[in-house]
Amino acid sequence: MRVEVDQPKCVASGQCVLLAPAVFDQDDDGIVTLLDADPGPEHHADVRESAAICPAAAIRLVEK
Amino acid sequence: MTETFSHTPDDLAAFPMPRAAGCPFDPPPALRTRQSDAPLSRVRIWDGSTPWLITRHDHMRTLLADPRLSSDVTRPGYPHLSAGAKAGNDARRSFITLDDPEHARLRRMVTAPFAIKRIEALRPAVQKIVDDLIDDLLAGPKPADLVQAFALPVPSLVICALLGVPYEDHDLFQSNTKAIVHRASTADQVVTALTTLTDYLDDLLAAKLARPQDDLLSVLATRQVATGELSRRDAARTGVLLLVAGHETTANMIALGTLALLRNPDQLDLLRGADDPRTTASAVEELLRYLNITHSGRRRVALADIEIDGQTIRAGDGLVIAGDIANRDPAVFPDPDRLDLTRDARRHVAFGFGVHQCLGQPLARMELQVVYGTLYRRVPTLALATGLDELEFKHDGVVYGVHELPVTW
Ligand code: HEM
Ligand code: SF4
Repeated sequence: MRVEVDQPKCVASGQCVLLAPAVFDQDDDGIVTLLDADPGPEHHADVRESAAICPAAAIRLVEK
Repeated sequence: MTETFSHTPDDLAAFPMPRAAGCPFDPPPALRTRQSDAPLSRVRIWDGSTPWLITRHDHMRTLLADPRLSSDVTRPGYPHLSAGAKAGNDARRSFITLDDPEHARLRRMVTAPFAIKRIEALRPAVQKIVDDLIDDLLAGPKPADLVQAFALPVPSLVICALLGVPYEDHDLFQSNTKAIVHRASTADQVVTALTTLTDYLDDLLAAKLARPQDDLLSVLATRQVATGELSRRDAARTGVLLLVAGHETTANMIALGTLALLRNPDQLDLLRGADDPRTTASAVEELLRYLNITHSGRRRVALADIEIDGQTIRAGDGLVIAGDIANRDPAVFPDPDRLDLTRDARRHVAFGFGVHQCLGQPLARMELQVVYGTLYRRVPTLALATGLDELEFKHDGVVYGVHELPVTW
């Protein structure tokens, strides 16, 4: 799985950081940053849930 | 027009609809019927206009994520909450009533303090506020009104500290917030309250510009106002939005949440006995879903024709998107009317959806986790000091809750 984030779209809800803190973080303005663009299988469920919950459609998953 | 209900406008049901007697936590039964029989249909609101009523969880998310829906209250067709709200529109112009790109520009100026790590860093301070208020409650007479003694002061103290508003002035913003969020307030009352608060924050911003401190208003003053990126008046409007948006909402979640738990003792026991912070966090999400206190619906107006599920929402049509019933959608939440603190409620829409989704949600979550994780443990005998029938619910509020919650212990 490859994860992409679209920072201009992010509205800093923080939900992805709560769900998958090993994969997502926030910069000084609260905007999403990626800690791991190619997370291991143990994170896949949380990452998928983050993409589904993101209010701004700022998280994109490319399943390999 | 392909409406499921081919009503003439005259026999359209009025919105808001009444809740069932004796079921203060459940959405109006008529909303449930709509959700199962006519999930995309129209209602009549106070001014005679007939916006769409959106009741399904999937429709709500799809529509609120669609940039062809506008939050701009000055557009014709926007379904206003009340005459008071409509009149107050100019005074309340802040990013909650603006569309992108202006909305995004203004929202981003204040996102920093709401980042998860910044909010986590505030947890000990919030814990202290909550502990001190419980000390005072226990030292005072009983029965006590939990709303005045605890539910209101928690978010007030927290938001004052975050913004840098002196808590001594809390009477001023509590009474004005009340006028703003009451559906029955007259137009004049709403405009006066908004203007009073905006003037107050305008003055405060001037003071912060002169002597910046470590708070949100000082950052706004020195980074945006001083550089000319934002006028002081617009910064004051942002300040009013932050002060008002997080105050009644969190307070009502505390009081109404406590009532819901007292009425569901098995769930209260579960919460009290939990030693994993994840249980408390999940309880917060479930209570947000179950209570959905913003019961007036998200309000939008369509900028273009939108096809959804075989229906066409026309440009200029208003929409009332009812989160309370979307959060009870059985397609997403099995046995939706049961309060079940162990369920996975994270897909709830109590904070809205799309680009306007609540900015304060990390703060609200943390405050509620501290409150629900502390109050019932420190006051294990907490009980309602009156009958459920005696309580007055905020049927007329933009935000739902109880006016008073007499408790004893
Ligand atoms: C449990 C408590 C809360 C609930 C249920 C709640 C609910 C909501 C909802 C439903 C919206 C969406 C409005 C829309 O789509 O039109 C919203 C927006 C907003 N909320 Fe909250 N809120 C809560 C607490 C807070 C707190 C603590 C703050 C800040 C201190 C806050 C600040 C805001 C702001 C600034 C917006 C506007 C966001 C935008 O338009 O981009 N809220 N809230
Ligand atoms: S969930 Fe979406 S909007 Fe929220 S912080 Fe993550 S990327 Fe940004």
